[in-house]
Amino acid sequence: MTIIIMLVQIIILFVLVMLHVAYATYFERKIIGHMQVRMGPMRVGWHGLLQPIADGIKSFFKEDIIPAQADRPTFLAAPIICLVAMMTSLAVLPFAKGWVLADINIGLLFIFAMSSLSSYGVVLAGWASNSKYSFLGGMRSMAQVISYEIAMGLSLVGVMLLSGSLNLSQIVEAQGDSLFGMYLVPQCIGFFVFFIAMLAETNRVPFDLPEAETELVSGYCTEYSGMRYAIFFMAEYIGMMVMASIGTVCFLGGWNGPFSVPFFPPLWFVLKVYAFMFLFIWIRATLPRYRYDQLMDLGWKLLIPLALINIVLTACLKAMIG
Amino acid sequence: MTATTRKTIECPVAGGDDNERYSLRMGPQHPATHGVLRVDLELDGETIIECTPQVGYLHRGFEKLAENRTYAQALILTDRLDYIAAMSNNVGYCVAVEKLLGISVPMRAQYIRTIVGEMSRLCSHLLWLATHALDIGAMTVFLYCFREREILIDLFEELCGARLTFSYPRIGGVRQDVTARFINELERFLHLFPSKIEEYETLIDTNRIWLKRTVGVGVVSGEEALALGLTGACLRGSGVDYDLRKHQPYDAYDQVEFEVPLGSDGDIYARYRCRMEEMHQSVRIIQQCIDQLPPGPIVGEDAPDLVMPNRAPARVEVGSSRYGTGLIRLIKEREVYLSGDTYVATEVPKGELGFYFISDGSNKPYRMHIRSPSFIHIGSLATIARGELIADLIANIGSLDVVLGESDR
Repeated sequence: MTIIIMLVQIIILFVLVMLHVAYATYFERKIIGHMQVRMGPMRVGWHGLLQPIADGIKSFFKEDIIPAQADRPTFLAAPIICLVAMMTSLAVLPFAKGWVLADINIGLLFIFAMSSLSSYGVVLAGWASNSKYSFLGGMRSMAQVISYEIAMGLSLVGVMLLSGSLNLSQIVEAQGDSLFGMYLVPQCIGFFVFFIAMLAETNRVPFDLPEAETELVSGYCTEYSGMRYAIFFMAEYIGMMVMASIGTVCFLGGWNGPFSVPFFPPLWFVLKVYAFMFLFIWIRATLPRYRYDQLMDLGWKLLIPLALINIVLTACLKAMIG
Repeated sequence: MTATTRKTIECPVAGGDDNERYSLRMGPQHPATHGVLRVDLELDGETIIECTPQVGYLHRGFEKLAENRTYAQALILTDRLDYIAAMSNNVGYCVAVEKLLGISVPMRAQYIRTIVGEMSRLCSHLLWLATHALDIGAMTVFLYCFREREILIDLFEELCGARLTFSYPRIGGVRQDVTARFINELERFLHLFPSKIEEYETLIDTNRIWLKRTVGVGVVSGEEALALGLTGACLRGSGVDYDLRKHQPYDAYDQVEFEVPLGSDGDIYARYRCRMEEMHQSVRIIQQCIDQLPPGPIVGEDAPDLVMPNRAPARVEVGSSRYGTGLIRLIKEREVYLSGDTYVATEVPKGELGFYFISDGSNKPYRMHIRSPSFIHIGSLATIARGELIADLIANIGSLDVVLGESDR
């Protein structure tokens, strides 16, 4: 019986997340459109509301091209690795008090593991395509993920120190009695590092080097088409959502809000995640792209030292107060 | 001037072994090669060791085609050179043929040509900024620039009916007079435009990432630039004061006041600043031309048969079928045809566009050669990009402002 309930919960989450992904693309296209003095999608449905559905159907029916030179099994597996890793990390996210599929004690570590695993998908896609641009994209992605994973992990150590837990629900609850019900103020350095590392981790502007269109055509997914390309796309958007959720849980107090909502407890969580998503999109509409070596400089020379300083400061703070 | 222009490579080549190199054929189908440029790259990691630009994918043989057309007919070929700034090419061609044939142009036509030439420069610089920013990753600037370019293109449509390939300037004048509505709309645009330039600058100039990507990248010293044959903003960005509009004025450029913006560092940012300043200067030039625009004819006395027949005082008897088709055939017996050769250069948005004609006394050029700035700028890419990263190559292509239609001719 518990298994059936679990399965039903998983399916509900899956469907909701898929819908979210579809409409996150719509959200992005509309917002960027209006920032760039144009309308965005307008044709399919009222104000283009059915555009994501049309896009989905289109990619399902497109021809699945596999290059003759590609390493076939790896080529087929790469997008699935990406998607599965991203979907799995959804399991530990607490949407509201008790609204979590797997309330495990190492939630934060689990998400790190999964997001690192998804970069395997990108690297393997670049390798298996056997195309020069894809290869360069895969290499860039590997270097980028290795550098920024460290900065990101270190930036969250402060949160772990303050809350004394790796369980995401407990992290949220521990934030209840701090200022505004969030760790944003005591952990401002950590949040800064986390936010930049988050952009890099999800391959978003200004760190979209693995798929830099004007340099590497489309980077690691140059050779992908149809549904396989759409899977990469989905993985990217779920990745954005997972990272936004981590930011919300660790720095913005998760489901905590100024007042509790009676019928829909995750409201504050969802609003905060969407605020993050909006930031992602806003940044995409504003900033140019970093160069490869500058990206590395920023990661190793600025973010990692800052994150280490943050750990020391937080530990001192904790020792003085506690 | 013949100084060697090979840059020393500072990057260590892994083991010095050729097997460590990674060769990449970038283009002709690539989002950032501005058309059909192909660049053969030898890479060490992402560092460019060898860079060989390949052109010719858009070759249409204009120089040969011109040999079988009269001077008036060959005008339409120049539209298709630099299709982003077709008006400047038309003006350049007309100025060259007028010099060859010794035709004088009335003042009003000269002013109108200056106006449309500068409008063309604005169009070209806007498109350059748009694509350059897009290459570096700033997507929004792209669409902002297109918004203003659209106004200019609508103005061109108002003026001559075409939006991209105009053939509006004619040998000895221009095709039609400007309308009052055109002048009004243009003045409104000039009033609005400087604030729009500021808008682009807010998005770009204050952006640390943009500065990191452009300052100190793709550096060309003044001497190098001269040796490579760079012209236009690419040369001025390196601090060399060379602008044909100022130093060899044609049309009405000697009647108006403007400055030639100069950079000093010769990097991508200096070239960017030069072009942004040029846009301000273009606005100034157009405004002065509108204020000074003299009344009078728009077609020279000695070249009526080179312009549209219905606009020119008819010199042939009524009922003659000689002017039956739109563009006119030159009359073979004209006395103005001289033997000899001439090279006339004008300052188009990309740099120095030169036309070299050899005339054997007939109504067609014996030989026409086009010195296109894009071709020469692409040639310099090998020197500029060596030792830099792939991302810099893209920024450099954008910054040199090449148009393949002009380069391949």
